[in-house]
Amino acid sequence: MSGGAPCWQDILPGTVTLGESSRVVETGLWRSLRPILDVEKCVSCLKCWVQCPDMSIQTGEGGAVQGIDMFFCKGCGICAAVCPTGAISIRPESDFQDEADASSGGASPGKVGELVGQL
Amino acid sequence: MGVVNVRELTGKSNPLAEGHRMCPGCGAPTALRQAFMGMDSPVVVVGATGCLEVSTTVYPYSSWRAPFLHVAFENAGAAVSGVVAAHRAMSRKKLFREEIKFVAFGGDGGTYDIGFQSLSGALERGHDFTYICYNNQGYMNTGAQRSGATPRSANTTTSPAGILAPGKLQRAKNLTEIAAAHNIPYVAQTTLHDPLDLIRKVRRAVETPGPAFVNILVPCALFWKINPADQVKICRLAADSKFWPIYEVVNGERVVSYTPKKPVPVEDFLRAQGRYAHLFAGGGVRRDLIDQAQADVDAEWENLTQNRRSS
Repeated sequence: MSGGAPCWQDILPGTVTLGESSRVVETGLWRSLRPILDVEKCVSCLKCWVQCPDMSIQTGEGGAVQGIDMFFCKGCGICAAVCPTGAISIRPESDFQDEADASSGGASPGKVGELVGQL
Repeated sequence: MGVVNVRELTGKSNPLAEGHRMCPGCGAPTALRQAFMGMDSPVVVVGATGCLEVSTTVYPYSSWRAPFLHVAFENAGAAVSGVVAAHRAMSRKKLFREEIKFVAFGGDGGTYDIGFQSLSGALERGHDFTYICYNNQGYMNTGAQRSGATPRSANTTTSPAGILAPGKLQRAKNLTEIAAAHNIPYVAQTTLHDPLDLIRKVRRAVETPGPAFVNILVPCALFWKINPADQVKICRLAADSKFWPIYEVVNGERVVSYTPKKPVPVEDFLRAQGRYAHLFAGGGVRRDLIDQAQADVDAEWENLTQNRRSS
């Protein structure tokens, strides 16, 4: 290899060595439907928390539901389907087009090189 | 077994972290996440190749907070055996003092078919570990091919429904019973219909000394052709139609942990999924195949309840 391209010795071994490093991956970018939580109606029964495949239901002291993490939420809609009080509604992402930044920001999937640079 | 308090569980860190690349509404991360909720000790995780292994270890990211080992498709059982044996040897030399639990997982492809020999060996040798099969009844990672867990009449890419054949012709094998036939102390079968049942079963599996096997039916929205939001509803239909009996085998004794109060015909479960759409297409309802599915379900339920412990 020439021209400054990394050699195999420069690349991480074929082993993922950093635990929970996927937490920088913004899977929320996949979302086409967005769950909206109505805190007035929510009784923090945690049915959504326990069924969420993406660990996106944010909880606080004593298991109180505080919100939905749009950085990871892929918009599957399970939370709204299991909610017994109708506190979660689902709206298309296209309703939020005019938001300056639809999600909470951060690294995007595909920015692999940047992450490798940090190791 | 102790009472499961979901409120307390929210404060606990889960070995499976955010940012994994499983499809929206996939049942597999939910099953594993709920499984880990029941464990109190530190855990070492071994994964067979499959959707969950691939999507949680996309180079150079990892979605695991726990030590995680993947070797290949066919040897999660052998790999976890080695880890358990190594831990025993190191504990004997006082290199480890704390209690560690060992969990291996695989999809139905890596468990029913490809990894079956190594799993069978590990169960027979009696290593102290828990094997969790997240069973979506087909090879989803490679594009919805049939597996040994695919039920009769399901439309898959290698058993397509058409003029010559109505989907898969064979019945799924019953791996829960095959695991139980290894005479291991704990075997259980559940689905995502009730998180507390799943958490309790895996806790029991992990706390049981010796090998334990838990078979969890999880929907794959793409293969089953369902709305991802309907995951819990479909799992309830699987349990209520007795398509997927919810039970455990404790030291050889079968205990049904959920008997549907209002059983529904298996037709309701089939009708809810696109992979059986050919049974209901264009007015030509395949009554013979629906009756066959019902007969399969009734026969398994009969077998199960006949062996039931009277409690």
